[in-house]
Order: sequence, then structure tokens, then C-alpha cells
Amino acid sequence: MSGEHTSTPVAARVRRLEARLTEAGVVTEEQLDAALAAMLKGASPVNGARIVARAWTDPGFRERLLADANAALPEVGLSMAGGIQEQRLKVVENTATTHHVLVCTLCSCYPIGLLGPSPSWYKSEAYRSRVVREPRAVLAEFGLELPGDTTITVWDSSAESRYMVLPRRPEGTEGRSEAELAALVTREGLIGTAAV
Amino acid sequence: MADFRAGERVRVRAVDPEGHTRVPRYVRGQVGRIVECQGRWALADECAAGIAEPRVEPVYTVAFAAGDLWGEGGHEVTVDLWESYIERVREDGA
Repeated sequence: MSGEHTSTPVAARVRRLEARLTEAGVVTEEQLDAALAAMLKGASPVNGARIVARAWTDPGFRERLLADANAALPEVGLSMAGGIQEQRLKVVENTATTHHVLVCTLCSCYPIGLLGPSPSWYKSEAYRSRVVREPRAVLAEFGLELPGDTTITVWDSSAESRYMVLPRRPEGTEGRSEAELAALVTREGLIGTAAV
Repeated sequence: MADFRAGERVRVRAVDPEGHTRVPRYVRGQVGRIVECQGRWALADECAAGIAEPRVEPVYTVAFAAGDLWGEGGHEVTVDLWESYIERVREDGA
């Protein structure tokens, strides 16, 4: 495993390459910033929350989302094609008896377009090494105590394929609008370290 | 082409290659169950090595029992693995 990203040799190489390119006049700092901003434009957990709220209120969409998320996303005006290549998205659904949680043990692969920039703990070596081994204990540290008979699946992501959790709809939310439901969904809920 | 099917048992090759690979160490040599095929992608190891025309292979989601990986735990861990990372497990378990 690679440890903290900011201190890895590859991060140092990226910084050196940026400096060489700007020194040579190939690209300006402003252009680099603009490229990063464009990549992150609209990248927010609000997108994931919208997908979840639609799935909670539209059983047909939920079914299509779980069967082929890439094909279903355009129904809510989203896609996985924002990066260098279109990534595959797999949505995994929590139920009364099953719970899903995401990790990337090799690096920190994550659906940034749908969940926004990943939290720092997601990239930490502690989370990446521990959640595959003792997810129940790690989730409890996040404040999520699961019943003993809940089946837990940990999804170890990779660069070409990304995952998102479809949390369970909270009790007592009947009659709420899609926008009100989306407001209940947190980034942690979409990773699986929170219930919603 | 191996063309693994959902439910089939496969063993991850116990390799320790030089350079980049997407086989996490904790599943090397372990037996898991095919969940589904994700589609076909260029082999990451050969892309990283700068090979001009990398092999394009099916990538499978493979589920491993925590008990097999760690000797304890009742959960499952799924890992995305290229076809050349895995081999079929014979019925006698070999």
C-alpha cells in the first residue's frame, strides 16, 4: 500500500512535472487550475443523493439502476463519462439484512463525480487495511452499530469500476418529495459508513 | 478464453509480479466465487508497463469469505480481477 498520497513518490513526480511544464511555458498555473476545476465541476455527493432519492421513489428506476447503473444514470441527467474514460458504476443496495461498504485497498478509487472528492479517511492506510478485515468494528467506530445477523459485504474498488451504496430509506419518510429525501442522504451513507 | 460464470469457484494466481498489478496481496492464492463479469478492459499491468497493445480481458467481480482471507469474520470482500489473475478450481479442490 502506498500510504498518504501527498507524500508518495508519484505525487512528488507530478509536482515536478507540473513545474517543468510551467517553466517551459507549455502550460500555465491558471490552465492547470482550470483543468482541475473542470474535472471537479459538479462533482458532489448531491448527485449521489439525487440518484438515491429517485431510486426510493421510483421502483422502475431502482431496478434499472441496480441492473445497469451506467444505462440508468442519464434518466437523472448524470453519467460516468466525465473522466478520461467512462467508468463502470455498480450500485449495491442495503436491505434489512445486508449492508455494503466501499474501500479501495490499492489506492483510493472512488466515484468522485457522484460523491465529490473523497474524505481524507477514505484514503488513509488505517481505513483501507482495516475495513476489509474487521468491517463491523470499523463501522461501529463510525457510529454505525449493525445487528449481529446483518450480512456485510466490503467492495474493494479499482480504477475502471466504481461503486456506490444505495442506503435504506428511513422509516417515516412516506409522502416526502424527492428533493426532501435527497437532503437526508449523506456522503457517508453512499460509502456505507453511515446508515443513510 | 476461460469465460467464468457466476457462482463458479476460482483461485487467484499466487503471483508476485514486478511492477504494477491490480491483484491485492491479500487475495493471492485464495479461492473465491465469481459474482459477475463487468465487461472487458485492457490489462492494467500491461498498460502500466507501457505495452502498446495491452491484452483486453474480461474483468470479474470475485467474492471472498473473510474466514478464508483472515481466518475469522463472517463478512465477504469482493475484488475486481482480470481473467489472467484467476484460474478455475477443479471439483476436487485442486
